[in-house]
Amino acid sequence: MSTIKLTRPKLDAGEKIYFGALIKGFFLTLSHAVTSLRGKSIGAKGLNSTGLGVTMQYPETKWDDHMPEYYRGAPALVTDEQGRERCVSCQLCEFICPPKAIKIIPAEIPSDDRWAKVEKRPLAFDIDMIRCIYCGMCEEVCPEQAIYLRKDYAITGLTRADMVHDKKKLYEIGGVRIGLVNKWNELK
Amino acid sequence: MSDTPSATAELKLPKDIAAEKGLVNVQIDGSWYQFPKGTRMIEACRQVKVDVPYYCYHPKLTVPGNCRMCLVQMGMPPRPAPGQEPSRDESGYEPIGWMPRPAISCANTVAENMGIRTTGELVEKCREGVMEFLLINHPLDCPICDQAGECRLQEQSVGYGRGVSRFVDMKVKKPKNVDIGPRIRLDDERCIMCSRCIRFMDEVASDPVLGFTQRGTHTTLSVHPGRLLDSNYSLNTADICPVGALTSNDFRFQMRVWFLKETPSIDVNCGTGTNIIVHTRGNTIHRITPRQNNAVNSTWMPDSHRLNFHYIDSDSRLTEPLTLSNGKHTSITWQTAYQHAADQLRKFMPAQIAIIGSARMTNEELILLKTLRQTLSVPHLSLVPRLADPDQLLIAADRNPNTTGAQLILDTTDPYASLGTIRSAIQNNQIKALLVFGEDLITDAGFTHGELSNLDFLLQTHLLANPTANHAHLVLPGAAFAEKRGSMVNLSGRLQRLNRAVEPPLNAKDDWEIIRDLISAISGDTAKIFLIEDVFKHISATIPAFANLTLSKIGHQGTVIAETAYKIPLLENERARIASGVING
Repeated sequence: MSTIKLTRPKLDAGEKIYFGALIKGFFLTLSHAVTSLRGKSIGAKGLNSTGLGVTMQYPETKWDDHMPEYYRGAPALVTDEQGRERCVSCQLCEFICPPKAIKIIPAEIPSDDRWAKVEKRPLAFDIDMIRCIYCGMCEEVCPEQAIYLRKDYAITGLTRADMVHDKKKLYEIGGVRIGLVNKWNELK
Repeated sequence: MSDTPSATAELKLPKDIAAEKGLVNVQIDGSWYQFPKGTRMIEACRQVKVDVPYYCYHPKLTVPGNCRMCLVQMGMPPRPAPGQEPSRDESGYEPIGWMPRPAISCANTVAENMGIRTTGELVEKCREGVMEFLLINHPLDCPICDQAGECRLQEQSVGYGRGVSRFVDMKVKKPKNVDIGPRIRLDDERCIMCSRCIRFMDEVASDPVLGFTQRGTHTTLSVHPGRLLDSNYSLNTADICPVGALTSNDFRFQMRVWFLKETPSIDVNCGTGTNIIVHTRGNTIHRITPRQNNAVNSTWMPDSHRLNFHYIDSDSRLTEPLTLSNGKHTSITWQTAYQHAADQLRKFMPAQIAIIGSARMTNEELILLKTLRQTLSVPHLSLVPRLADPDQLLIAADRNPNTTGAQLILDTTDPYASLGTIRSAIQNNQIKALLVFGEDLITDAGFTHGELSNLDFLLQTHLLANPTANHAHLVLPGAAFAEKRGSMVNLSGRLQRLNRAVEPPLNAKDDWEIIRDLISAISGDTAKIFLIEDVFKHISATIPAFANLTLSKIGHQGTVIAETAYKIPLLENERARIASGVING
């Protein structure tokens, strides 16, 4: 490894007595205070704040409406237009998950089920939200477009068990997603 | 290994040097090697670690040459004109005239001065084309297919395929999820028509129930009408299936293969000692597959042995040492259990005690059993025989895995001899205390409840809850074959190793540790052995057949330590087929 030598900036006498910079700082803060009181600070409108500057009054006001499309919140399972659970329990997300938050127990779909031709679905699908780091690898790796990171970010619970999202909860968060590739269609 | 002729033997050409040894010179990807005559080109490439992809070829089966994946470019020296001397380079090899068309490397054998190219534009284009044809009708089932992760089609599609499909028409529909046998599920859409399963059932299992029907893209693998794929070797077809067309019902949807940890070990269901791989995730065994050992089981394994592991994870496992008080078993600590056993045994004369062991025990456990017998000066020690019909392939009549080992360690030709004596001595009240290791006397040795309740002290170590344990005053939980290390000797005298794939449940203990602790509780001698390696050292120092061996020296393929007359029938068949040149082996 090479060593880089940095030269320290040469300070003149005015800069060495730091009072000048201090007073300059006071005026800067004061000017921000005045803009804030006039309700003119940057982003004040967009954030729907109470008018007192950029501070959002959480939890009275929330981020929810301002979430960008790419926001990565809690991972959840989705069903498609036909009401089919898209997950086929291939366990790729379980494999890729860096903090090992996902646990899947696969099962065979009984032959009298409408989607028997898909053959496989999860019997249990647990995501431990204490472990989840919201990295989105599960969404990226899913070959069936079945798991998505939604915009839920306030995941709370009173016990560790509360923080494990089971299959029912995951479908509740995920809901129905339309416009996905329909691989298991009539022709299949 | 390329041999350049030395200056002293200037007249000796490489072909003459090779011919003296019955070999031929072959150039593979620019380097010269020597192979025996009759070696298939694909085997030659494999021996020198040059990768040639293939589906239908299997070294233990005949060669139909129907997948076309192993195409390589082949060349031979041009035939000289009459009277013309062939030209040679400075090393003495003739120049190779490369053929403009590819050749399949599985069905052709090597020849003198042959050239093989496994790279280059021609070969790569061929592979890409074959892959594209194979994938035309192959479904995109990978997320639900059990083969995913160990699928040759997946691997070679990544390695040699073109990545994008140009095919726009509908894929051909074929039967899916077909129940063709009790242990095998067939998915015809995934089949790539390599015919390995057909050949296996015909040539190795001698039960030709599989075959192709229809033609062209509609070719379908099916089972003979009115028959089922129910041979005891049917699961081998799932092993050799390069795709997910044949999958095991037992393993179906249980676990994706990339989670599984592989532990090499040996099968303990019969005297053959089939080499296996135990596939585990966490502390659960998910499946067992055969491991290649050309001196034991080739690459095959019977289904009955392969599927006999579910008891390891069952509810009937014993997990705590138990003592009998007022007709009920209550759990105690190991320390109390050993002390209790030692106290009880002191009440009896040595002649009143007998030991019944098991030929399912490892050599290490047996030598400690021998020490236990010496410590107690017990006159009677016997193992429990376990005989059933052999199947003329891999399953031996002797269903005990370590009979030969017991013969060597206990230094007797018949370790089962005194079982009858012990039994009649129990009936006559001469034997009042019995130590049973790893056997269920009522189910496996035909003892009666009356005989066992005759005893004043019965100690049993076992894996599972069993009728004998009901009478036992002390029940000690042992370890299953996948939970312990050790060695066994199979019927043909080969010393092989067991390896620990999972941990014993809760308070169950490795059997050799139980016997070791019993010995020290009885003798009061605290000089202890802590490693199974040290037990093996003791064996190699005392038993001549094991001299100069250690557990690690045994190796994954085992070591022959005894001469026996036993021949494994399946291997005899295979050797005859190799000798006749049908397979390369």
